[in-house]
Amino acid sequence: MNLLIEAFAWIFDPAHQSGPNGIPIRLVQHLTISLVVLVISSVIAIPLGYLIGHTGRGRSLAVSLTGGFRALPTLGLLIILALWLGIGVEAPVIALVVLAVPPILAGAYSGFEAIDRRTIDSARAVGMTEWQIVRKVEIPLGLPLLIGGLRSGTLQIIATATLADYVGAGGLGRFIFVGLKSNDYPQMLAGSVLVIALALLSEGIFAIIQKLVVPRGVVANQNTDVRTPSSRRVAVVGSPTEERK
Amino acid sequence: MIEFRQVSKQFPDGTLAVDDFSLVIPSRKTTVFVGSSGCGKTTILRMINRMIDRTSGSIEIDGEDIVGLDKVKLRRRIGYVMQNSGLLPHRKVIDNVATVPLLNGVPKKQAHARALELLDTVGLDRSLANRYPSQLSGGQQQRVGVARGLAADPNILLMDEPFGAVDPLVRAELQQELIRLQRELDKTVVFVTHDIDEAFLLGDQVVILQKGGVIVQKGSPTEILSAPANDFVADFIGATKGKRALHIDRRDGREVVLDSEGRAAGVLVDGPTGGSKDAPA
Repeated sequence: MNLLIEAFAWIFDPAHQSGPNGIPIRLVQHLTISLVVLVISSVIAIPLGYLIGHTGRGRSLAVSLTGGFRALPTLGLLIILALWLGIGVEAPVIALVVLAVPPILAGAYSGFEAIDRRTIDSARAVGMTEWQIVRKVEIPLGLPLLIGGLRSGTLQIIATATLADYVGAGGLGRFIFVGLKSNDYPQMLAGSVLVIALALLSEGIFAIIQKLVVPRGVVANQNTDVRTPSSRRVAVVGSPTEERK
Repeated sequence: MIEFRQVSKQFPDGTLAVDDFSLVIPSRKTTVFVGSSGCGKTTILRMINRMIDRTSGSIEIDGEDIVGLDKVKLRRRIGYVMQNSGLLPHRKVIDNVATVPLLNGVPKKQAHARALELLDTVGLDRSLANRYPSQLSGGQQQRVGVARGLAADPNILLMDEPFGAVDPLVRAELQQELIRLQRELDKTVVFVTHDIDEAFLLGDQVVILQKGGVIVQKGSPTEILSAPANDFVADFIGATKGKRALHIDRRDGREVVLDSEGRAAGVLVDGPTGGSKDAPA
């Protein structure tokens, strides 16, 4: 307990509020790395996931491939990449992209797959082109699950970006590695607390976004049935086959 | 006019769903395909708007082979109504109805004005225009589906068991509504059902199908009822049993019509001068 108080004291110490090794700079580094990784992973994973989800092809390949990547220990990958690319930000960014692509990919294709096939069939039957089906039907209806994928991807990025400083890329991991080397446990713990706070903040933001992106027609008429056992939102619902008044 | 010439459809897994099917579907009439599940009736219907491409043979609409036509353009000029309405859950009723005109580049204001008129046509209150499909009853959703099918003013309306998922009372209401609509709009309607009563009620031409899209009998309801082609048809239409096997009994000087169970189905009166709707003119 004492250690935790010391950690908070370390965080609020004015000496750590500014300067080249201050909390703000490390925070910005951490956020920058995370954001860059999130953008690169999304650019790779979202179109690929949409392609898999729309065509229904390549799913098992993508699942096993990304599952395999997910099993790679990020630290080991980071070290190998750093030996190859040298000290700096490139190695951690690549290692983190490998970590973040699987959940985002899964969110993208499962968002498409969860849509009632009859909805897509009828969109095609009334004369939508494949591209219009993707844009006007699959993307809006698949958005909640995609955001779910981004949410878990971001959480992993923020937590694992602490490793970036292992190869000198900075970020909040700096406090943890410096504390470890100098047996400065309050500083180590302070670094961890900051990472946890950042992760919780991102969770909160994504929780709000996730609520906002559920298409209105899909949430409309929900919560009116008191018999519904779960309060969780259903991402995509089919048309009811029974009469509702 | 839609004409099938020796059309076959074999699915990639080898199933021969439709084998050598030939039929003329007359314009401005309702043709009903009826048969048990797996008889190929939906496959035949979906070949008309190329949701399924035939393997061999030819399908012509007004003399034009549909293979040469762009699939998307073809579908936009054919109305399509499916069992579960198939509405887009994230779009309001009015946008669902206006889907095809909007895809065709009709200005939004104009498309919406037309969509409101269509709600009137299918007997829905305009106040429902801003609701989402999930906020409507099954019967209302089905009406919206019909309105969407009519939105681009197509000559052909394909209906795939459109009233299969609603309760019997609502179904009867929707059937009457479709009969009224057909009188007003004069479309070429192709309707798929497994319900022989529905087929006889709605069809000008009823086509009874067996596995593989084999036509067992086709004709007007009267023709089929009066001369079932074989035992299968007689059995399928229930000509020998239940409420269709009627006999006359004389009671207190009046002729009472009874079904096979002996329950009263009605009394005999003088027929209307016009005769039944599909009697030869």
